[in-house]
Amino acid sequence: MRRFATLFEALDRTSSTSAKRDAMAAYFADAPAQDAAWAVYVLGGGKLKRTATSTELRSALAAETRYADWLIDDCYQHVGDLAETIALMLPRDDESREDTALHVWMEARLPSLGRMESAERIEVLREWWRGLPREQVFLVNKLLTGSLRVGVSHRLVVQALAQWAQLPTDLIAHRLSGTWKPGAEAFAALAGPERPDEHAGERPYPFFLASPLEQDVTALGPTADWLAEWKWDGIRAQVMRREDHVLIWSRGEERLDGRFPEIELAGADLAPGCVLDGEILAWTPDEAHPLPFAALQKRIGKLKPGAKLLADTPVRLMAYDLLELDGIDLRERPLSERRASLAALIEGRGPTLMLSPAVDASEWSALTTVRTESRERRTEGLMLKRLDSPYRVGRKRGDWWKWKVDPYTIDAVLLYAQPGHGRRSGLFTDYTFGVWDGDALVPVAKAYSGLDDAEIGRLDRWIRAHTIDRFGPVRSVEATHVFELAFEAIQASGRHKAGVAVRFPRILRWRTDLAIRDADKLDDLRRLATG
Amino acid sequence: MDSDLLLPRPEGLYCPAGDFFIDPMQPVARAVVTHAHGDHARSGSALYHVASAGGALMRERLGAGSDIREHAWSERFPLGDTVISLHPSGHILGAAQVRIEGRGKVAVVSGDYKRDPDPTCEPFEPVPCDVFVTESTFGLPIYRWPPMSEVVDDMLGWLDECRERGVAAVLFCYALGKAQRVLAELATRTDRTVHLHGAMLRLVEAYREAGVRMLPTAPVSESARGKDFAGELIMAPPSAAGSTWMRRFGKASTGFASGWMQVRGARRRRGYDRGFVVSDHADWPGLLRSVEDCGAKRIYVTHGDGEALIRHLRDTGHDAFPLRSLGGSMPDLRSSEEGD
Repeated sequence: MRRFATLFEALDRTSSTSAKRDAMAAYFADAPAQDAAWAVYVLGGGKLKRTATSTELRSALAAETRYADWLIDDCYQHVGDLAETIALMLPRDDESREDTALHVWMEARLPSLGRMESAERIEVLREWWRGLPREQVFLVNKLLTGSLRVGVSHRLVVQALAQWAQLPTDLIAHRLSGTWKPGAEAFAALAGPERPDEHAGERPYPFFLASPLEQDVTALGPTADWLAEWKWDGIRAQVMRREDHVLIWSRGEERLDGRFPEIELAGADLAPGCVLDGEILAWTPDEAHPLPFAALQKRIGKLKPGAKLLADTPVRLMAYDLLELDGIDLRERPLSERRASLAALIEGRGPTLMLSPAVDASEWSALTTVRTESRERRTEGLMLKRLDSPYRVGRKRGDWWKWKVDPYTIDAVLLYAQPGHGRRSGLFTDYTFGVWDGDALVPVAKAYSGLDDAEIGRLDRWIRAHTIDRFGPVRSVEATHVFELAFEAIQASGRHKAGVAVRFPRILRWRTDLAIRDADKLDDLRRLATG
Repeated sequence: MDSDLLLPRPEGLYCPAGDFFIDPMQPVARAVVTHAHGDHARSGSALYHVASAGGALMRERLGAGSDIREHAWSERFPLGDTVISLHPSGHILGAAQVRIEGRGKVAVVSGDYKRDPDPTCEPFEPVPCDVFVTESTFGLPIYRWPPMSEVVDDMLGWLDECRERGVAAVLFCYALGKAQRVLAELATRTDRTVHLHGAMLRLVEAYREAGVRMLPTAPVSESARGKDFAGELIMAPPSAAGSTWMRRFGKASTGFASGWMQVRGARRRRGYDRGFVVSDHADWPGLLRSVEDCGAKRIYVTHGDGEALIRHLRDTGHDAFPLRSLGGSMPDLRSSEEGD
C-alpha cells in the first residue's frame, strides 16, 4: 500500500496530465502485478461494493476520538469528504508500523467487513486506523467509501498503460472495456501482443463519442460529405449478438441484461458475431415520436420489468452504427459502408430494431431549418457524422458532432444553498432556485455549475451573511439574487413540489440586473411541460 | 458587565471605559492596533498605540505621518479609566494581545495569535484574565498543524524535485509574516538565495532590520533579462498567481503556504501543485490551550465561523459566547477563507 500511497500523492500533487501519466506508467512497471491490477481498477473509477456505512464510519471516529457527533458533522461539512475528515481528526501517528498490500485490502480486508456485525465492523475499522499512517487512513477510507477522484480520467489510465505496455491506446481501451476483473493475470494480459480475435467475447467496443458543435455549421465543408440524423434522447447502448446469447452494454459500460427483454429478443434474431450501436428509446407502437425520457426512466430502474410496464412503456433500439458483422470488426470501414450494411441487416425486422433515419438536406441552410423541428420530434437536435469516418475510440473531435437545439431558459431566485464536495468543499456551491407561484417562491431546480470561481466566492460570502435558517447543512437565504438557468427539458412531475421537473439544469449567468419580482412564474413553466 | 470594557460598534471593537477602539475599521480618535496586517491596521485615525516591536511595520502600513505611540511589552499605560498593556501574541513580528484593566476586571483581546514556535517573533504570552477574546480562524479539530520541521523537509524535497525537472519553484504566501517566517525557517537548512516579488521587498527588509535572520534574497525585478529560473525558489503574494508576472519563469511548479492547505479540497480548488500547511494562526489544540492558560471566566469568540469552538467550549464547561452577544453591532469583514 505504501507504493500506491506514494503514487496517489504524486498524482494529487500535480495538475500536469503528462506528469500524471508518467507517474502511473512508472508505477505499472514497478508494482507487483496483483497490486497494479487494483490500481488500474480504482484509478479508472472502479469501486468496491460498499461494506461499511457512513454512520458506522462516524461512530468509529466518535469512539476513537471522543469528539461529539455534532462536531464530527461540522468538520465533515467543512471538509466535504468523510474519508479525509476521519484522517484529519484522528490523532496523528507518525510511527506507522504496518504495510499491507493494496490487493490484500481490496480482495480480503475491505470485503471482510461485509461479513461482520455492525459492532464488530466498527471495532475492526478502529484497529486498522490505529495501525496506519495518516495518508493510508485516508486512502483506505476512500477505497471503502467510493471512488478516489484524484484528477485522473479513465482515458489517462489507458494512456499510462499504453505507455508502459508500448501498445496502441485504442487496444488497451478495448481490453479494459466492460467489466474488467482485476488480477495478476488480467493485468499481464493488458500488455500482451495483439491477437486477431481480440474483439470476440463479451467486452463492448469502446464507444465513439460526439463533440458539441461550436463553430458555424457551414465550416464543416460540403453537406454531401456528412450524414445528418436526429439526436435521440434515450440511453446509448451497444447490443452484442454472441454465439448463444445477447448482451446489452450501456455507454457507462454497464451490463443492462434483463432490463430490456424486447431488445434482447430482437437481437437474438440476428446472426451471431454482430454488434449494433444505437439508442434505447421508450416508444409506443404506431406513434410517430418516442415517449419522453421520463417514461424511459421507469424502465432503466427495473431489473425485471413486469407485464404491465412492458405493455405501457415498450422500448426499441434506434440503431445508428454497425461495429461488427459475421465476427468481423468493421470499425475501420467508412461510416457510409457500415451504415449500408446496417440498413441491409435490419431491413424488415419490425419496430424493435429501427434504422436511425437520415435527415436529408442538400444544403446546410435547409438542415438549419429542419433542426427547428427537433423539440416537436422529441429529439435534442441533430447529429452530424462524416460519411467517410471510421468508428473511433472515445471523444475525438472532427468526425462526429452533436448539434443540439438551444436550451430552455428561465430566470429564477436563489432560495437555498449547501456546501459542495471535493474541489468545492467548504464553499456554498449547491444551489436551489425557485420561481413565483402567486406570492410565493417555490423551488423548481437545483444547479451546481455555471458560475466562475470569483462569482462562487462572492456568492459564498453573501450566503454566509444572509442566512435566514439552517436545516442541517442546508441554508435558506434571503430572496435577493436572480439567476438565468438553462435546461434541456421540462416534464410534469408528481414527485416535485412545483409539479414540474427540469432536466440538466445549470446556471447561465447571474442576473444582477434583475430584481426578484422579475423572476419567472410557475405557470409559464407548466405551459412548457411536455406531459 | 463585560460590555463596560468591550462593545462592538460599527467602527470596530470599542472599550467604553477607556474610550478607545481596538483595530478599528474606520478612522477614530484613539486606536490600539494589535498588528500590521491590513485588516487590523488601517490608516486615518488620530492616534495609535502599538507595540514597539512592531513599530517599524506599523509606520510602513499606517504612513509615516501618523501619530503612533510605541509601548514596550508589558508596559502599563493609562487610557481613560483603564490601564492597558501589550503582550506578544506570536502571530507576526510585533503582534500584540491587548490587556485591559478597568472596572475591577481584566479583559484580554488576543488579536490574531498562534502557539507554534516562530523564529521571527516573540512567543505568545498567556495573560491571566477574567474575559478573553479569542480568534477562531481555524476553529475545527481538523486543523492541527504539523511540526514546522516536517513542512520544511517537504519544501526542500519540492525544491530538489523542481531542480531535477528544470522548472522554477514559485511559492505563494502572504507578504507580511508568512514570507519572513518561511525565509527564516529555511535559513536553518540551506543558504540558497530566494527571489522575491516586489510586494515583499520592504517587508523582508523591515524584518532584517529588526534582527531576524533569513535566507539571502534578491528582487525578481532586478534579475537580468532572460534569466533562467529553473531550479530556483521564488516567493510571491497569492495575487501574483496567474498574472503576466509569472510568464518570466517559463515552466514553473507552484506551491501555497497556508493553514487552509490542510484540506485537500481547498488545495485542489486553488489549483496549486503543492500545498504546505503553515499558519500564523492557532490550530484547534492551540485555541483550547490558550483558553485554559489564561483562566478566563468568560470567552468571547470573533470571526464568523466560531460556532463550533463556542459550542465545544460550552460542552467542556466554559462560558463562551460570540463577540456579537456583547451587544452593539460590528460588521464581520472576514470571509470564510481570509487570513491564514
